[in-house]
Amino acid sequence: MKAYILRRLLLTIPLLLGISFVSFVIIQLSPSDPAEVVVRVNEIEPTDEVVAITREQLGLNKPFLTRYADWMCAVAQGDLGRRYVDNKPVAQELARALPPTVWLALTSTLFMAVCSVGMAFVCAMYEGRTVDYLLRGFIFLGTATPGFWAGLLLMWLFSVKLNWLPTSGMQGASSVILPAVTLSLTYISTYARLLRNSMVQNKQKNSVLYARARGLTRGMIWRHIFRNSLQSTLTGLGMSLPKLMAGTFVVETIFAWPGLGWLCVTAIFNRDFPVIQAYVLLMAVMFVGCNLLVDILCAVIDPRLRARGQA
Amino acid sequence: MRVWRRLRNAPLGMICLCFLLAVVALALCAPLAAPWDPTAIDVRNKFAAWSLAHPLGTDQLGRDVLSRLIWGGRATLGFSLLTMGITLFIGSGLGIVAGFCRGKVDETIMRFCDVMMSFPSEVLILAIVGMLGPGLGNVVIASVIAKWPWYTRMVRSVVMQYTDVNYVRFARVAGCGMWHIFRRHLLPGALGEIIVLATLDTGSVILSVSALSFLGLGVQPPTAEWGAMLSDAKDIMSMYPQQMLPAGLTILLVVAAFNFLGDSLRDALDPAPTTLQGVSL
Repeated sequence: MKAYILRRLLLTIPLLLGISFVSFVIIQLSPSDPAEVVVRVNEIEPTDEVVAITREQLGLNKPFLTRYADWMCAVAQGDLGRRYVDNKPVAQELARALPPTVWLALTSTLFMAVCSVGMAFVCAMYEGRTVDYLLRGFIFLGTATPGFWAGLLLMWLFSVKLNWLPTSGMQGASSVILPAVTLSLTYISTYARLLRNSMVQNKQKNSVLYARARGLTRGMIWRHIFRNSLQSTLTGLGMSLPKLMAGTFVVETIFAWPGLGWLCVTAIFNRDFPVIQAYVLLMAVMFVGCNLLVDILCAVIDPRLRARGQA
Repeated sequence: MRVWRRLRNAPLGMICLCFLLAVVALALCAPLAAPWDPTAIDVRNKFAAWSLAHPLGTDQLGRDVLSRLIWGGRATLGFSLLTMGITLFIGSGLGIVAGFCRGKVDETIMRFCDVMMSFPSEVLILAIVGMLGPGLGNVVIASVIAKWPWYTRMVRSVVMQYTDVNYVRFARVAGCGMWHIFRRHLLPGALGEIIVLATLDTGSVILSVSALSFLGLGVQPPTAEWGAMLSDAKDIMSMYPQQMLPAGLTILLVVAAFNFLGDSLRDALDPAPTTLQGVSL
């Protein structure tokens, strides 16, 4: 087991190096000169001299690989650069925006888990009946609905029309409901569908027939089916938290939720490159970290995977 | 051909196909099909109700909503399909090279794919568009950069799976050329899987393109686009909520049709009772 974890950890190192390189390269894609952007953002007339001095200050005149090495050293020490707009440290801004996004993603995950498990249960129990068809239709529409449109409709119904919940911002506990529901809608459809099909398949297994023949209660039988079906869905569910966090930017913009996605979208309109870069890096590192964690957890649960990992 | 016959027997799949063809045709002949100029402003006539002259009413600047929907189809569908086309081209090309050559080439391409796939694709698209600046062209570039590794990996695995099949080995022993083996033995098997995945994925591309336009990162006003129309509707939601319906429902229907068509195609290709696994790309 230790060997497996060590191997997975070692494999992550080149991946992280690659991620940092791509994040660094992305900032070079910009057609405009960063030094000039900095000068313009601070409302200084961009004369050649001023731009040259700024470039010197930002270290942009050094060769590409030197800049990458400098940047990597800084990132390793937790320094993600400074914002162009107000010269504040990017790391500090990210740290301020992280808790709202985590809070939003956690609430969505909870909502998603409850709804998808519930829907899958109902569908599998009443397979082929009207309820099953109705719910499956609903699930199917859920995968095709644009998230931002669903968000707008929910906002109109619950905030404008009924005035039950706040339209935007983060005041009070109830303000998280609408963004969280909007965010989870797409994922509910995906996981409910996965879980339902898995449960329907497991229902036909011999072990279930045997359990029925032995005279187990319905509740006991369904518990067995559920636990067997969960395994295939667990990997997906484990990855849903980072996926939810990555997908928040649309929802955060609609509901003016002061999280990471909103920070990044505002940075894009301000052409604040260091923030965008830091956002990409953070998300990718989180993604890889969660992936690693899920893999290790799966290996702990299922020893067969460990053997496959070593082969 | 057998696939076509099976697909024809799936009525819902055929309805979706016809619907999508109709939408594409409408978008293609937008100059002829649209009753009004999509950018013609008529402020005196703003928020007009549904009528014969304006079948879906007019928006906050008095522009005809139906005409904007039809022209918007050009932007949304056109650029989504363009994205899929380029992605498929790059992805299949590299995937075939990796699957055929194996060894060092394969290793290099796949390690690069691994790195690209460790970024959540939404985040990568957002960041690249953010760096290149708003615009639909940049959205296409960003989506292709974020998507090609997934296709490369999939095509590679399909190619590898088929190169180990006995009839391909036999063809090789019999002295058939690489190109002949590829065209006669690999392509027919691999093409089906790729088409199914691409059809299913087109829906998600449409969703992502319109979401970026909704945020103001795609199409720039006054050009009509479905996501951008919803962004306009958002600001006037409290007074005129019905403005949110046409564009939203259109996206919903088109994406649903693509998803359903993908499922039907999969069933048509593989008539054995398949497990519907959520394909997330």
